[in-house]
Amino acid sequence: MPETVSLQINDQTVTVPTGSMVSTAVAAAGEQTFRRSVTGEARAPLCGMGICFECRVTINGQAHSRSCQIPASDGQHVVTDCGLRIADCGLDAAEVPKFQILNPKSQILIIGAGPAGIAAAIRAAESGKQVCVIDDNPVPASPGGQIWRADQAQPSSPEAREWFARLRQVNVQFIHGARIFAQPETGCLLAETVDGSCELRFEKLILATGARERFVPFPGWTLPGVTGAGGLQALAKSGWPVAGKRIVVAGSGPLLMAVAAYLKKRGAEVLLIAEQAGWNRLLRFGVALLGQPSKIAQAIGLKKQLAGVPYLPGCWPIAAKGDGKLEAVTMRRGDKTWEVECDYLACGFYLVPNTELAGLLGCEVSGGAVTVNDFQQTSLSNVFCAGEATGIGGLELSLVEGQIAGLAAAGREDEAQGLFAERAKQLRFAEALNQTFALREELKTLPTAETLICRCEDVSFERLQRQTSWREAKLQTRCGMGPCQGRICGAATDFLFGWGMESIRPPVFPARLENLTR
Amino acid sequence: MTFDVVIVGAGIVGAACADEFAQAGLRVAVIEAGQIGGGATAAGMGHITVMDDSEAQFALTNLSQQLWRALADELPPDTEYIECGTMWVAADDEEMDEVRRKQAFYQQRGLPAEVLDAKALAEAEPNLRAGLAGGLRVPQDGVTYPPCGARFFIERAQSRGAEVFLGKPVVELTGKGARLNDGTFIAAGLTVNATGSWAPELTPGVNVQKRKGHLVITDRYPNFVRHQLIELGYLKSAHSISTDSVAFNAQPRKTGQILIGSSRQYSSNPVATAPGSVPTDKQSSNPVATALGSVPTDKQIDQPILTRMIDRAIEYMPRLAKLSVLRTWTGFRAATPDKLPLIGKSAIENLYLATGHEGLGITTSLGTAKLLADQVLKRTPKIPIEPYLPLRSMQEDGHA
Repeated sequence: MPETVSLQINDQTVTVPTGSMVSTAVAAAGEQTFRRSVTGEARAPLCGMGICFECRVTINGQAHSRSCQIPASDGQHVVTDCGLRIADCGLDAAEVPKFQILNPKSQILIIGAGPAGIAAAIRAAESGKQVCVIDDNPVPASPGGQIWRADQAQPSSPEAREWFARLRQVNVQFIHGARIFAQPETGCLLAETVDGSCELRFEKLILATGARERFVPFPGWTLPGVTGAGGLQALAKSGWPVAGKRIVVAGSGPLLMAVAAYLKKRGAEVLLIAEQAGWNRLLRFGVALLGQPSKIAQAIGLKKQLAGVPYLPGCWPIAAKGDGKLEAVTMRRGDKTWEVECDYLACGFYLVPNTELAGLLGCEVSGGAVTVNDFQQTSLSNVFCAGEATGIGGLELSLVEGQIAGLAAAGREDEAQGLFAERAKQLRFAEALNQTFALREELKTLPTAETLICRCEDVSFERLQRQTSWREAKLQTRCGMGPCQGRICGAATDFLFGWGMESIRPPVFPARLENLTR
Repeated sequence: MTFDVVIVGAGIVGAACADEFAQAGLRVAVIEAGQIGGGATAAGMGHITVMDDSEAQFALTNLSQQLWRALADELPPDTEYIECGTMWVAADDEEMDEVRRKQAFYQQRGLPAEVLDAKALAEAEPNLRAGLAGGLRVPQDGVTYPPCGARFFIERAQSRGAEVFLGKPVVELTGKGARLNDGTFIAAGLTVNATGSWAPELTPGVNVQKRKGHLVITDRYPNFVRHQLIELGYLKSAHSISTDSVAFNAQPRKTGQILIGSSRQYSSNPVATAPGSVPTDKQSSNPVATALGSVPTDKQIDQPILTRMIDRAIEYMPRLAKLSVLRTWTGFRAATPDKLPLIGKSAIENLYLATGHEGLGITTSLGTAKLLADQVLKRTPKIPIEPYLPLRSMQEDGHA
């Protein structure tokens, strides 16, 4: 395979390494604005994992294509900042096969190839079951999810090395670049790929759909250059240029240090890490860590890599400024506010479980997480769930939950029981984690009247303040009615107003009209 | 609490009636179990279309279209009113005959309508498939975003003194007032049941049936569709009041989104609730009622009919196939046997009805409000009211 691909971004030809996403090529072309929002704001990628729809461009005439999820290829024609010219871009695409059944023999289908999905796949396959894993990551043969994204060749941790080695020992079918959008009948799921669609069959299903970042809106958070923390890491892993860039990492959670360390390794100048949780909470968390030597080692390792980078607890951004792109961030800590000039603000306020698919299937979802029993079984007897979708708990909990789900789905409950003690220990850690990084009330005062909360439909905080429920907000303001289907603003309005989400209908992710006709 | 009029239901029909009565100086109360415009008003397409299935249907839709046009300048931006016109699409010569008949009918009654040949149709709507016979453009038709329209009417009524009770299910409705589920009685000189397809649950014997519909909305593709497009095959398929049918119906929204319909089903009536009980299938703000797992199955998407509906749309407009769909949903129209709404006195003294608008409730909400107020206030109506009087329907029902 050639080492590079060349494609056209607006009027210029850009060459990027093979395997790069279109978003990387757009950034390499120096384009700041990927799309125009409905009120005309410049926008660029936020989440880096295909759910925020801010990276949309027109690719070969197909409007609303998510550039961070589509690999760059030779001869592609990409138009950015399409605005109202969308309909003129043409939409004639070649015929593609529809709804091929890709896993006719699967007994166990696993959604998500992160640590929980990998652990489940290994234990189920080791038990002699036919296992298929599907993931929306467009890069071929690259299991790992967000945390181990692009890690397979050179695992970044001993755990990753161990699990990838074990994965090579079993026979598991992997389907990449496919996103599930509907369940037309029990035992059957439909997924969409970049240019086609497929059907997936299962006897037992394991949901390992992971988590996404939670965003807390503040003035300026929609500027290009303000990204998720994990978001910028995901973009950088697919080649987004960060070397030499001045970056503020902010928000909440252990992810911030990992992201900062990764960005630094890639040549970025990390100016500071701002953690909204205060020292007192972090110290208590440190005590909780004492029972977990591996986590202390990990933390010490990260601290070493981040030598010279200030880590400020009790600190958060209150505004981002710039003309068409980020130029500076205003930080607050205690009574003090100050401005930091930077190229990127990588900012995520902890994580939110991805429960939409579970909701579509009819699994019980409570308190924002999928409800499971001791065997990781959901309220539907043939559907299991493991990892962050059952509640945020970190890597080790995901691995042990994944194993239990894989074993239980394969009918090896006895062996699964042997892992209950380990899971109980990790659940205690998860509780400490969630208490430590719970968001402080002050963050609810960050949005001003004009701050946009819903980025798809550009709905301001002021308009939402007049609504009394999520459904009323949807009906009267279109909040949550855009392509992200409330994945970004829903978590924000849950935090700001305490609104719960309502029923979920197909497509659980935007899909092409032709694919809704099975 | 005593009012001149208590209106139950804050969909677009109840909201328009509240606005009309308040404007006439009456003391008005509106009671709604969920939120403003949360039922069929939220689920429907929002077309303002003149129809000619019957003289009475024409009269009411034509009057209503004029009322909408007169109101256009006052409508706030979020009601997304656009006068995009309707394009009736003819696939073959037989349907072209219908185009000419329809044009003659409209023109005789003073409504502008223009016949397009195949070439003119292709120029007007370049994304339609090649080989269609032509079309009829009715330029004064439009579309609007109904939930914000309902809110606008409610707010205008409030500014004229109306009181609005949201999230308050009514358990008993008589001509003297309405009892809420917390026991409160709101008394009135007369009452209006404007609860759409739920009307029979409050007023047993009202002859409306739930007619389920499916809709699909895309991401934004401005100018892809320019008029509201309706196939004339619609006349063949939607005439039936007893069998499931689909028709090509695509609508440009002001946002650039495309709304794609339509389907009609009778087969999915929900389980009847006990008389006087609170409707459980109504879309409501009650988180318990809409929590996952408790969604009634009858609101579910029916895949076979959705497939038929989308296939029909792609047949007329092949390039729709590649557009990104954001949502699909269903809703219930309130259908009557003769396809005309029920506007006026019920069999119960001082209890009026404003329901049965089937797929035309957004269009005819304004005409309904006028005709209802005309009856109550003894004003002279602009069009004959007899075809819409509820008792005509109940009598027919007695013979059936």
